[in-house]
Amino acid sequence: MDALIVLIPLALALGLLGLAGFIWTMRHRQYDDLEGAAARILFDDPPDRKGP
Amino acid sequence: MSRIGTIAAAAPDVSLVACAHCVAPLAPGQDRFCCAGCEGAHDLVAGLGLDLYYRRREGAAGALRPVDPPALSLAARCEQPRAGEQRIDLILGGLSCGACVWLVEQALGAESDVIAARVSLTARRLTLRWRGAAERADDFARLLARLGFRVAPWSPACLRVAEDAEGRRLLIALGIATFGSMNVMLVSVAVWFGTDMGEATRSLMHWLAMLIALPVVAVAGMPFYRPAFAALRHGRMTMDLAVSLGVLAATAMSVSEVLRNGPFTWFDGATALLALLLGGRVLNHAGRRRAMQAGAELLAWQQGSVSRITPDGAVETIPLEAAQIGDRVLVASGERLGLDTVLESGTALLDTSAVTGESLPRNFLAGEAIPAGALNMGAPFVAKVSACLADGSLAQMTRLLEQAEHAKSRITGLADRAARVYVPVAHGLALATFLGWWIWGGEGWQPALVYAVAVLIITCPCGLAIAVPAVQVVAAGALFRRGVLLGRPDALERLAGVDHVVLDKTGTLTEGQARLLPGAWSEAALRQAAGIAAASRHPLARALHRARPDAPLASGVREVPGEGLACGDMRLGRASFAGVAAPDAGMALWLSTPGAAPVEFRFADGLREDAAAALDGLRKLRLGTEILSGDAEPAVSTAARTLGIAQWRAAADPVAKADHVRALQNAGRRVLMIGDGANDALALATAHASACPAGGTHLARSTADLVLRAEGLAPVVQAIAIARRAQRIARQNVGASLAYNAIAVPMAMAGAVTPLVAAAVMASSSLIVILNALRAGRASWTP
Repeated sequence: MDALIVLIPLALALGLLGLAGFIWTMRHRQYDDLEGAAARILFDDPPDRKGP
Repeated sequence: MSRIGTIAAAAPDVSLVACAHCVAPLAPGQDRFCCAGCEGAHDLVAGLGLDLYYRRREGAAGALRPVDPPALSLAARCEQPRAGEQRIDLILGGLSCGACVWLVEQALGAESDVIAARVSLTARRLTLRWRGAAERADDFARLLARLGFRVAPWSPACLRVAEDAEGRRLLIALGIATFGSMNVMLVSVAVWFGTDMGEATRSLMHWLAMLIALPVVAVAGMPFYRPAFAALRHGRMTMDLAVSLGVLAATAMSVSEVLRNGPFTWFDGATALLALLLGGRVLNHAGRRRAMQAGAELLAWQQGSVSRITPDGAVETIPLEAAQIGDRVLVASGERLGLDTVLESGTALLDTSAVTGESLPRNFLAGEAIPAGALNMGAPFVAKVSACLADGSLAQMTRLLEQAEHAKSRITGLADRAARVYVPVAHGLALATFLGWWIWGGEGWQPALVYAVAVLIITCPCGLAIAVPAVQVVAAGALFRRGVLLGRPDALERLAGVDHVVLDKTGTLTEGQARLLPGAWSEAALRQAAGIAAASRHPLARALHRARPDAPLASGVREVPGEGLACGDMRLGRASFAGVAAPDAGMALWLSTPGAAPVEFRFADGLREDAAAALDGLRKLRLGTEILSGDAEPAVSTAARTLGIAQWRAAADPVAKADHVRALQNAGRRVLMIGDGANDALALATAHASACPAGGTHLARSTADLVLRAEGLAPVVQAIAIARRAQRIARQNVGASLAYNAIAVPMAMAGAVTPLVAAAVMASSSLIVILNALRAGRASWTP
């Protein structure tokens, strides 16, 4: 039973971490353009803006 | 030059005779580009070092042809988030894939003063920030227009819809509730199965559950408490009230149990209930929002401008709403009029098909009234404004549409009807349980309250709340994959109920464009005529050009609006213009060349390829069909005969169409109206359900419940089949969750329900309802 003293707070802390991460992604609007995000991973790095 | 080689090699489906920029087919003599605009756009893209784009895009041929930049300055729409910085939100037309997003962002990012350019593919929205003057916005718009993207500013109302703060709040609440219910469950499972657990440990578990549950119930329940309270103040009982009462009562009772050190707490039930109900709410909101966004986008495209002639003879561009009665406006070739006007002098050739459904353009004479929405097919002309925007025919139409839609919004959905009966019954049962145990059962008020709260939790409309939205989301997804967009969240239910289909002819049953009929012409004459016709926008000339797009272009073609085309001694046009003594018979063009007999080309507005199959499908679904068209009688009766439709009506104006639909509905029919023109909009809004085929006018698309993206009518039949199936499944779901209650509620009233039983009932009924909903995506009809 002593294990509970460690395990329960640990489980809760990990859960809270996940929840905080989720709220952070919501605040930063990461779900606003799911289609665009799916296409974006295929983009190359931007070409040199100054040109050769 | 090597670039063409790479493009052709990388995209083998694009033949070498396609324009290197917009992929439209090329005419002979054209080398790489179909027009000067595309050549400029290609140079622009290549100059920016962005020609990678051509290997990535997947848009339709011709979609990227450069367009006219917006007539009005965008500078007034900019905001200054901080000093020296400008920001504007634009809606982008022509955005079809990830490569377009890339091109737009890179092309704008290459401008030295741009801080950030971000495109949302879902919302088709461009957010642009830059340093410097607001007038630069017009430069950026011109750049995008050269690349083939249309831009329009988002109005504040559209932005509010796109913002979707409510959706984010709901999702965060769902996240919190899910977190809470999972962690409370972690503790509760230990209590349920830990029968050998000591009293002290159990008490610790309950305190832990309370610690997690209290903030979760307080925060995640807000989306229910607030509307429930608002409705209660108006004296109404809603589903939200049932949810709020159930959750709050369960929590309060559990807190008292923890303090009394009782055997059971209901925190798991309260939080799981919130999570499941919020899931249903999120699904519901997603469907509603998609529909609202489609509506807002259509509104953004409708903002127009007009060229006013000032008293001193100069031409200025003003917004439509600023035009006053008596203003003289200049209407350019190919411009669509946004205002009601009177033609000042001379004649004008106008295509009014979007307003009246007439399939051919006709000549208007001086002094004649021109309806808003007419398209100028001839030379530029000057007209006098006869009504400003707020009183014009378009505004009147909008008001009528609003009335018709208001009437339709009173049709209540299945979920609402169920809630109206369900909520008072559930609360009545809980009250009866409490009183029963307290007064007659001989229990104290506290155990009696525990039984009553168990009833409240069991009756909480979990399955009901998920049952209908889940089916709607699955069905809407299935429709989307088949190219059908739902414009209204409740459209599916209404579509399932229709028993009679009224179809418009021009543009709905037919393709809306003329096609050359076989005739007595020779191939050489046709090629000659097609070469001349390429110079005109007239629908018949365009049909000729489409018949032989590779015909060599004639040079020096002069257009006589409303008459025909002249090229040297050759004439192409109506019979009298070509010097033929034949009566003008509808859709025909004559070609006269010196020294040869005149040749007649006849045209017809061809039926869509799948029209007959789609009508068969409608009949198989046991739906009555009829044609209701604004076009002249011969064309309508021919179409009706070909398709085997017994009932038809020709020459109906917009109001007559709507009246006819209303009369049918008063006679007990539930009508599905399918139409594409502005003249159909009122009938679309009046009908029980409505659909607009691909290529419809803005007004029809923003009014219709269903908008087709794919060509053809077959998707409508599939949509009806899917909607009926979805409705059947939604009914089953409501029935299943009621059946659960019929078993579980008596148990709860008898005091036999523990939190474990409640959790099992809740989870299994929700699961069954969701699994059943997944079946809604399969269609039962194939063409």
